[in-house]
Amino acid sequence: MPKYLILKHYRGTPATVNDVPMDRWTPEEVDAHLKFMDDFGKRLEADGEFVDGQALSPEGAFVRADDQGKGPITDGPFAETKDLIAGWYIVDVDGWDRAVALAGELSLAPGAGGRPIHEWLEVRPFYGSPTGTED
Amino acid sequence: MDPFDGTTLRPLVPAVIGVLVRRGADFAAAEDAVQDALVEAWRTFGAGDDAAPRDLKGWLVTVAWRRFLDGVRSGSARQRREVVVDAEPGAGPTEVADDTLRVFFLCAHPALTPASAVALTLRAVAGLTTRQVAEAYLVPEATMAQRISRAKRTISGESFDRPGDLATVRRVLYLVFNEGYSGDVDLAAEAIRLTRQLASLRANPETDGLLALTLLHHARRPARLRPDGTLVPLVDQDRSRWDGALIEEGVRILQRALALEQRGEFQLQAAIAALHADARTTEETDWVQVVQWYDELLALTGSPVVRLNRAVAVGEADGPRAGLAALAEVDPDLPRHRAVSAYLHERDGDLATAAGLYAEAAALATNMPERTHLTKQAARLNQHSPVVE
Repeated sequence: MPKYLILKHYRGTPATVNDVPMDRWTPEEVDAHLKFMDDFGKRLEADGEFVDGQALSPEGAFVRADDQGKGPITDGPFAETKDLIAGWYIVDVDGWDRAVALAGELSLAPGAGGRPIHEWLEVRPFYGSPTGTED
Repeated sequence: MDPFDGTTLRPLVPAVIGVLVRRGADFAAAEDAVQDALVEAWRTFGAGDDAAPRDLKGWLVTVAWRRFLDGVRSGSARQRREVVVDAEPGAGPTEVADDTLRVFFLCAHPALTPASAVALTLRAVAGLTTRQVAEAYLVPEATMAQRISRAKRTISGESFDRPGDLATVRRVLYLVFNEGYSGDVDLAAEAIRLTRQLASLRANPETDGLLALTLLHHARRPARLRPDGTLVPLVDQDRSRWDGALIEEGVRILQRALALEQRGEFQLQAAIAALHADARTTEETDWVQVVQWYDELLALTGSPVVRLNRAVAVGEADGPRAGLAALAEVDPDLPRHRAVSAYLHERDGDLATAAGLYAEAAALATNMPERTHLTKQAARLNQHSPVVE
């Protein structure tokens, strides 16, 4: 079965429908959101589609090598304008349509006022292994 | 009897490694042989078909030594010459205790990185399998296998008889304790078990201090996390869910250690934990005495984290203004600085500032439960303050 990355962004995607930062929700709305995310992950595992799920801190920097003999150069913390990845699920599913459906579910996580956020999620196919039947 | 829990078979592991090393095996090969013997014990008695032998240690030594010799025979002639003799006179109880202690020392050797020392200690001292260690630290098993074999190579030239440093062992055990638990092994409980073993091998007030500290913290665990994994701060914990037996034991061990008047970092931290354990609520806590212990701890360590925690205690003892004044002397780049500042500002009645600081603290949090907790604190306060556009 093919694998897909469902990528969540802190910023860098088009604006969402329900675009209120989390610290402006009520604590109960925060709980409801977290429960939704937790249930989603558990359902993926129960369905046999879960591979990995991780969350990233917004901290960090870009790094590249400098000339030989000097230490690497860093550029960071990330500027406000830059795309910022928040985390991901990796799913192992029947195909593209299923991956898109899952991302669609995730996009409906509840936010302020208990209404869905309609967040933009990125879905990316992994390269597969070469098949053994090319000749 | 299940010989494979942390109370019967695994505590024998460092002593059995010690026996094999005394008989001429090098440490790395002895450690591998003992792991093999553990697996064989599992196969032989684990299903419950065969009764476990009365002398489990003797059984492990016999099997491990046979495995070691098998390895040598299949190895090179050079390795064969390194095996000195098969049958040296058996060691007395004191030598066995010393050899067990040497395995602790070797696994916490200062030449090892902390991550390597932790991994090697969990395998060779705690008797966990590589897979269990890998699961506990959420890394692939192959990665953990490499880390452990590199660690063994690093210490391969070290003399088994060189005296080690108890302080390095305590640091490693404290790292294990703080990792908490994931996978099927409870690392906090494992760290407590190993600290008990260390304390029984070599009496030392700081080892007792570490044991008391870990017991007192472990006692709070049932109240520290909600079922959904979110964090309950000390002030909100249901103290009736703290484990009274662990607290009692921790306090008793701590009092015995403090009476020796050789204070160290772990004893002082345990003393603070004991004062929390002693109070039914945050308000009833003897914060003045907590601050005094922090003063002593700060004088001893100069640690910025201690300075930060002290500011919290000062805030409780002398009011939030005093806490903020103490916080002004703390490095603002510390991970929890903003969270502490938010808490003190809230207690001082400045809710808008507190809400902003909680939100900033959430963005800087280094783990999800903490981040969620801080976000909710900001959310809670923002409900009472109008959004400033």
